[in-house]
Amino acid sequence: MSRTPLDTVEHATATPDVELPWAELGLKKDEYERVVEILGRRPTGAELAMYSVMWSEHCSYKSSKVHLRQFGEKAPENDALLVGIGENAGVVDVGQGYAVTFKVESHNHPSYVEPYQGAATGVGGIVRDIIAMGARPVAVVDPLRFGAADHPDTKRVLPGVVAGIGGYGNCLGLPNIGGEVVFDPCYQGNPLVNAGCIGVMRHEDIHLAKASGAGNKVILYGARTGGDGIGGASILASETFDDAKPSKRPAVQVGDPFQEKLLIECTLEAFREKLVVGIQDLGAAGLSCATSELASNGSGGMRVTLDDVPLRDSTLSPEEILMSESQERMCAVVEPEKVDRFLEICEKWDVIATVIGEVTDGDRLEIFWHGGKIVDVDPRTVAHEGPTYERPYARPEWQDALQADDAGKLPRPQTADELRDQVLKLVASPNQASKKWITSQYDHFVQGNTVLAQPEDSGMIRIDEETGLGVALATDGNGRYTKLDPYTGAQLALAEAYRNVATTGAKPLAVSDCLNFGSPEDPAVMWQFAEAVRGLADGCRRLGTPVTGGNVSLYNQTGEAAIHPTPVVAVLGVIDDVARRTPVAFQEEGQLLYLLGDTREEFGGSAWSQVVHDHLGGLPPKVDLERERLLAEILIAASRDGMIDSAHDLSDGGLIQAVVESALLGGKGARLVVPDGLDAFTFLFSESAGRAVVAVPRSEEVRFNDMCGARGLPATRIGVVDGDAVELQGEFALPLAQLRTAHDETIPALLA
Amino acid sequence: MTARIGVVTFPGSLDDRDTQRAIRVAGAEPVALWHKDKDLKQVDAVVLPGGFSYGDYLRAGAISRFSPVMESVIEQARAGLPVLGICNGFQILTEAHLLPGGMLGNDHLHFICRDQKLRVENADTAWTSDYEQGQEIHIPLKNMDGRYVADRYTLDKLEAEGLVAFRYLAHGEADDGYGNPNGSLNDIAGITNEAGNVVGLMPHPEHAVEPLIGTGRTDGLPFFTSILKKLVNA
Repeated sequence: MSRTPLDTVEHATATPDVELPWAELGLKKDEYERVVEILGRRPTGAELAMYSVMWSEHCSYKSSKVHLRQFGEKAPENDALLVGIGENAGVVDVGQGYAVTFKVESHNHPSYVEPYQGAATGVGGIVRDIIAMGARPVAVVDPLRFGAADHPDTKRVLPGVVAGIGGYGNCLGLPNIGGEVVFDPCYQGNPLVNAGCIGVMRHEDIHLAKASGAGNKVILYGARTGGDGIGGASILASETFDDAKPSKRPAVQVGDPFQEKLLIECTLEAFREKLVVGIQDLGAAGLSCATSELASNGSGGMRVTLDDVPLRDSTLSPEEILMSESQERMCAVVEPEKVDRFLEICEKWDVIATVIGEVTDGDRLEIFWHGGKIVDVDPRTVAHEGPTYERPYARPEWQDALQADDAGKLPRPQTADELRDQVLKLVASPNQASKKWITSQYDHFVQGNTVLAQPEDSGMIRIDEETGLGVALATDGNGRYTKLDPYTGAQLALAEAYRNVATTGAKPLAVSDCLNFGSPEDPAVMWQFAEAVRGLADGCRRLGTPVTGGNVSLYNQTGEAAIHPTPVVAVLGVIDDVARRTPVAFQEEGQLLYLLGDTREEFGGSAWSQVVHDHLGGLPPKVDLERERLLAEILIAASRDGMIDSAHDLSDGGLIQAVVESALLGGKGARLVVPDGLDAFTFLFSESAGRAVVAVPRSEEVRFNDMCGARGLPATRIGVVDGDAVELQGEFALPLAQLRTAHDETIPALLA
Repeated sequence: MTARIGVVTFPGSLDDRDTQRAIRVAGAEPVALWHKDKDLKQVDAVVLPGGFSYGDYLRAGAISRFSPVMESVIEQARAGLPVLGICNGFQILTEAHLLPGGMLGNDHLHFICRDQKLRVENADTAWTSDYEQGQEIHIPLKNMDGRYVADRYTLDKLEAEGLVAFRYLAHGEADDGYGNPNGSLNDIAGITNEAGNVVGLMPHPEHAVEPLIGTGRTDGLPFFTSILKKLVNA
């Protein structure tokens, strides 16, 4: 076994002509040349490892950031925003001295390769982002997209993903309170596994990823560093060094939720004792990311001795250690006099903790290995000054034809029987069917603060036992709408999540997003991305809800076939007293059903067009954000003043889907009457936005009507909660038992 | 006066804070106990909460059973200290041989979380006296390894001596499909020792103590009021 000399900075300077495998590491030629220009010499292997991973699309947002800027530029004035875009997660003031941090991220590609571990480590990563802000994680949500429900590979991917989310989240003690499950053939081969987390802290406890104060110690704690998730670094290692070592390792990281649970408790205890100056979790790009981000966000530089990193595999090369994505690790910056106490807390929780370096008063990030300096860089050039691409984008030529293929022309049901059959078919279709088989694999009770969980419109968590202060979170996204019109589709996702929060009685405050798209190298995809971001940024400004952070996932594409553009939008809301929350389920017979908002003939991208005609074309429903705002105000006021006992937002599947869900959850039927000016089909299946159906106790009818009238919100009485069937007067009646069978049995039949 | 009830935190315990809250809601004083500490702080009763102590490594409850705190719990439980094991706590109690039998993986191989219907089969234990014999209650269930098993001799003894404390409704009995959730033998959800001071069950009474939270029912509160009354009246 022979070893080439260690590739130190000195060695790199002395051997300028050594060829490095920059292309295999994913760097473009001009990017590599830029690295050489920044350093004034060729990079060492370790430096190349760092730049290549930090300048990847995933870490640098190089294709998306020119568009993402709009979230800042168009941000509405909002006093509630305590920490904005750029940190691990945004932080929002929710009153009474509490701050809430939340974020949604993707773990799409790993979850296709290895569903269980891919999904599990997705939960682990987002939870560490939340801890790194100083917050105790209080809930998770999981918006998921899979290929066709009856495709054989869906049966491989979905159960693994669901078990992975459950296996990790349940073991951490985090209630899973929301999310979505959507099936569409466009996600075959590119499932979307997004994971969101909410954390709560007091204002004074906010922590940032920042290494300040020369002499402060850098402590790596948590799991040992192993060879998992290294990806490209193995190439570098095998080319630079010897090949007599276990280099074939899984590209997908493996999670250990027990270790993460200890990490949470130990970190929170260190926060409580005010031992931490700055903190960063180790996720994508591992130590490369943590050290360069901590150093570049701080005032000084940083010196790290890589030999001190506890390893799971002693044969790892320094490049591999820098790039390893081993899970359940964090990096804290601690003042020297507090180091002992910090290590003591780690020991209490049986968490391995090691001082690996210190903050310096220079402006360089220097990393040493076996006494040699293998990295000497300006950390800003690694973490923040990656390449920026103005990718070409163009409206695809097929867009016009797609929009011209109007869903309004599709044959509609002609008889009462047909109408009835289509209702049954709709509520039993995989996308509209009950997801209980999936959500019952997630713990939604743990921590004892869950007020609402799926299938409610938004999840709701109590954060103060004395006052009843709570937060709500909803995530929504509709790839079909967004494919038809990306600008409108993104706004519809925002509008729906905003509406879902308000439906439960909470006031929408802020937004996080997970933008799932195809390849940015395709101008059509880039156009979808640009339009969706523009739509979302404009929409957030209109609704007064700033984007606090988020995530972009590109290259969700197999060959030429990209997924539907799928921006998933999460809206966070606050409710002063969770006792005032409004559930989806019908509560009492005799209560009056009111439809709020306007119903138009809007079927483009609708669930009906998909279920009955397998059709996607036309235009998505119109968005009226002023109307959404008004609807939200009415729903919140009605909840606060006890004027409604249940409420459900109308979205995919239209009114009938919402009524069936409320009826099944409450175990009470409904008698409906088609209002004047509408036909039965449009009444049941239209997906016009800005609508909700509410149940009003008779004693509150006058007051509720007066409020809607005074504010100018159309409110139409459409029926009454009654009996054990959902009946459309003069058309059909469907017994609850029959609806329940249709709605509940689809998913287990396909996947159990 | 009130009672002081200890709640043990093991590494990986999840419902320890919830259990402390439930004790508080019932009117007793919760006392945090740490797994590395043998000292039970002179509490009047102990709850081993749910969770995944030691990540369920080896076998659920198998490692926690050897923790220092369990030495004291085992010793004092044998002397009459009331002990309740919930979910992982129940698993630890069986591993510690304070209760017979054990838990295997659910027969459907999935984690299951739902509102579970149970029948109270023994309302004479330290933890169940506030229930009526035969009362049907709803308590949240959430576990991966919840299938109660024991040998025939043990099952016969449990049945003959009335040591089955809670039973799932059998599949024909539960109208809503919410019967035995995991293949537990004899539909057993929870058991007691002969003295009635040690009780273990898989469902989570601590998640059913407030009308607004979780399932919105308070069917789990009598666990904590039962023990409080017993201790205060003692």
